Amino acid sequence: MAVPTYSGSFGPAEAERLLWRAGFGPKQGEIEALAAKGLAGAVSSLTNPPREKLTGPQPRPDGRSLNPAVTSGHNALWWLDRMVRTNQPLVERMTLVWHDWFATRGVGPGKRRMPLEQNYMLRRHALGNFRALALEVTRDPAMLLFLSGVHNRMGKPNENYGRELMELFTLGAGNGYSERDVREQARALTGYTFTRVTSRGHEGFRYDKRRHDPGRKRILGKTGRFDARDAVDLAVRHPAHGPFFVTKLWSAFIPTPPEPGTLGELVSLYRSRRYAVKPVVEAILKHPDLYQGPRMVKPPAVYAAGLIRALGDGITQRSWSGADYGGDSGQRLFDPPNVSGWDESSWLDTGTFQGRWKVARLIASEYSLSPGENRDYPANEDGDTAVNRALAFWGSPTLTRETRRTLIEFADACARDANVEYLRTAYRVSRQNALRMLIATAPESHTS
Amino acid sequence: MAHHHCRDFDRAAFLRGVAAEAGRGLPAVKPGTPLPAGTGLSRRSLLMRSAGMAMSIYGASALSPGAFEAGVAEAAAASPNAPVLVSVFLEGGIDSMSVLAPTGDPKYRRLRPKLSLPDGAGSAFAEDDRLRWHPAAASLAALHGAGKVSVFPSIGYDHADQSHFTSRHYWEVGQTNANAATGWLGRYLDRVGTGANPLQGLSLDGSLSPALATAQAPVAAIEGPGSYEFWGRGVWGDVEEWMHEAFADIGAAHASSPGALGAAGAVAARAGQLRRDLLPFRDDADGNKAYTSPVEYPAGDDFPERLAGLAAMLAAGLPIRCVALSAGGDWDTHDNQEEDFADSLKLTADSLAAFQSDLEARGLADRALVLVWSEFGRRAEENGSAGTDHGAGGTAFLIGTRARGRMVGEFPGLGRGLDAEGNLRATSDFRGVYSGLLEQWFATDAAAIIPGAAGFARPELVR
Repeated sequence: MAVPTYSGSFGPAEAERLLWRAGFGPKQGEIEALAAKGLAGAVSSLTNPPREKLTGPQPRPDGRSLNPAVTSGHNALWWLDRMVRTNQPLVERMTLVWHDWFATRGVGPGKRRMPLEQNYMLRRHALGNFRALALEVTRDPAMLLFLSGVHNRMGKPNENYGRELMELFTLGAGNGYSERDVREQARALTGYTFTRVTSRGHEGFRYDKRRHDPGRKRILGKTGRFDARDAVDLAVRHPAHGPFFVTKLWSAFIPTPPEPGTLGELVSLYRSRRYAVKPVVEAILKHPDLYQGPRMVKPPAVYAAGLIRALGDGITQRSWSGADYGGDSGQRLFDPPNVSGWDESSWLDTGTFQGRWKVARLIASEYSLSPGENRDYPANEDGDTAVNRALAFWGSPTLTRETRRTLIEFADACARDANVEYLRTAYRVSRQNALRMLIATAPESHTS
Repeated sequence: MAHHHCRDFDRAAFLRGVAAEAGRGLPAVKPGTPLPAGTGLSRRSLLMRSAGMAMSIYGASALSPGAFEAGVAEAAAASPNAPVLVSVFLEGGIDSMSVLAPTGDPKYRRLRPKLSLPDGAGSAFAEDDRLRWHPAAASLAALHGAGKVSVFPSIGYDHADQSHFTSRHYWEVGQTNANAATGWLGRYLDRVGTGANPLQGLSLDGSLSPALATAQAPVAAIEGPGSYEFWGRGVWGDVEEWMHEAFADIGAAHASSPGALGAAGAVAARAGQLRRDLLPFRDDADGNKAYTSPVEYPAGDDFPERLAGLAAMLAAGLPIRCVALSAGGDWDTHDNQEEDFADSLKLTADSLAAFQSDLEARGLADRALVLVWSEFGRRAEENGSAGTDHGAGGTAFLIGTRARGRMVGEFPGLGRGLDAEGNLRATSDFRGVYSGLLEQWFATDAAAIIPGAAGFARPELVR
């Protein structure tokens, strides 16, 4: 048996969904180009991208290059810019998946620099091998600081990282390990430390044998003189890891859980390929559930990057500088709420809806029309034309019939009220600005 | 040509409300405070607003803003004195042995060589002479002295899970079931709430609190009442008002669609409603708050600001029933616990005390109880990095003039009171506390909300 593959037609609708789920939405012309490749060609073009190249306007919100390792807020803009300009959208999307999976927050004077370095590491492993990635994360300086790894030493164990390695990163809460495993795991992970703290932050990260507990440990049913590499291996080889890994990875692309048969096949694939990520991602992206199943809420970072991509714009506007575009919408990059990452099941509520509104406004603002500067705006524009104009502004995304009907009702009502001469143009200009907001915040724009 | 604007209308209604209330003589207003605008927002002004604004120009729907508006007004009118429960979460697992330090326990200083309270520091805890309040908790200790705090010195559940996320989830859903999908307060609202009042369950952290997750009843999330607005650059005049109607109507048109599309639609419809309900609280063009507080809150932090906004909303008669928010501070103190713990504790205690004074000043104190909780306590023995690892029994507080003010369960001691892993044994169960609150505060059958409610001892919580 193999993992089921989608066999229906692969047209613009399917290509559009794939671009959102496996990346950050289409730029102009991308839907048609991807659809022309067919399913296998389309997925392969995402999992085997060309050499990385960033195209489009450089990010210069302050008139200067970003300084993500130092300046507050620039780290998130730096990453958002990559999401917008990359020619490797799936690599970037997987980097976001790993950032959420191994959620880390910066600590101390290097709190911006070190998570940035971790981000490069996550990108290198984006479609690589999970076992190698988990080991890299275990000895990653930002993570060693965030989850107390540098405080974990022989005779003075600190359980913080060891617990999350099993609970959040490899096995799932209470899934085949005990509190004793947590304590023994912490002993295996001892030995990492740093040399000094400067204004750049903690430096000289290294493994110090004298801080490592060389004694025998009993972890997940095995006994030995385990170290960090063994700790990762034991967790990844545990029978609970495969289903945990596949289910969690699947949920980044498809909102409904995999059927038991599919889950089993994906776990077999993952194990037979010795924990390689790419074949599992490819199988998920070709699965019928992705194309035939229900829509999925876009993560806030994907929503923001997608609007900018649709405009063909970049992180260029002054208004980006200092804007908390991520916090209000519920996903500030490099600042996950805690070590379990973001809760994808609750992206949307009345609070984050307002945050997404602010994101759309920030992106649309630079292009807003004004009655003073747009005196020649057609004073007799009808509702249908106005809606089409606003749709074209966002690269003509697909709307539901209900949204289109309500937009036209709105547009007609505005025109009806513009019953004195000086308002005829002014209200149509105002209406166009409003229509852009309404399209960018409609339910279909928050989902794919 | 008549140009009415919601903002103008509400400002006017709001000013009339203030004028009507101004002569009434509010209790305990601090000197120099201008007219307490929030207190002036009467239920009447809400209803007036409803009468003026309940128009939906784009056709009716079960979920149209107009229906919500009516639902909120109806809920406010139906039970103006309905009890309110505020859930305050201390995220990360607060070290209960540092809030109430067992200095009188012979094993304390041996288990906490670096983290123990200095001799004579803090203040005595009148209900157990082994325990002393941390100096940073002084305002909480004072409230306790006034009989307004019930202390739970070791609360939790048997075989406590030491995962932040699992244990927190148990507390949020009111049962030790990893798969439960509704919060305990959400289930209460599903039972007694209405289908048209999103304010009945209010999250104040900017996103939905899991304890308030419902299966049916609408609930709302905001960061605070003052800035819930939806404007667009270059959108003005009546076009702006209609844009507000339109985003809610587009949402309502999709609210019954399946899956994520329906969820996104329902949220937009609710947001439109909430925007109107909160218009009177909106900051003015200069960023000044539309309400003032009769007491001083700690400055410069979201938590006290959100509590201050909540008191103003309650004073205005908004039909709020259950509220959830997190206190600031990082309570997951694995390393160098002393660094931030005292500051976090002081901010939390002072904010809670200010909220209590605010409610008293506004004459609302008998309507609200505050439950402060954390997902677990921390290990009795400190770790090697001057911190503490995850434990079991922790601490909780029930605050209010109607709180009974008596300790629930006892401090189990550091000898036999510790389990095999060196963690405090729980002497009260959070599900018993929830059941007690549902029965004694909300007069609701706990068995319908907390699975196995009959099996948990009911402490006396309310007077």
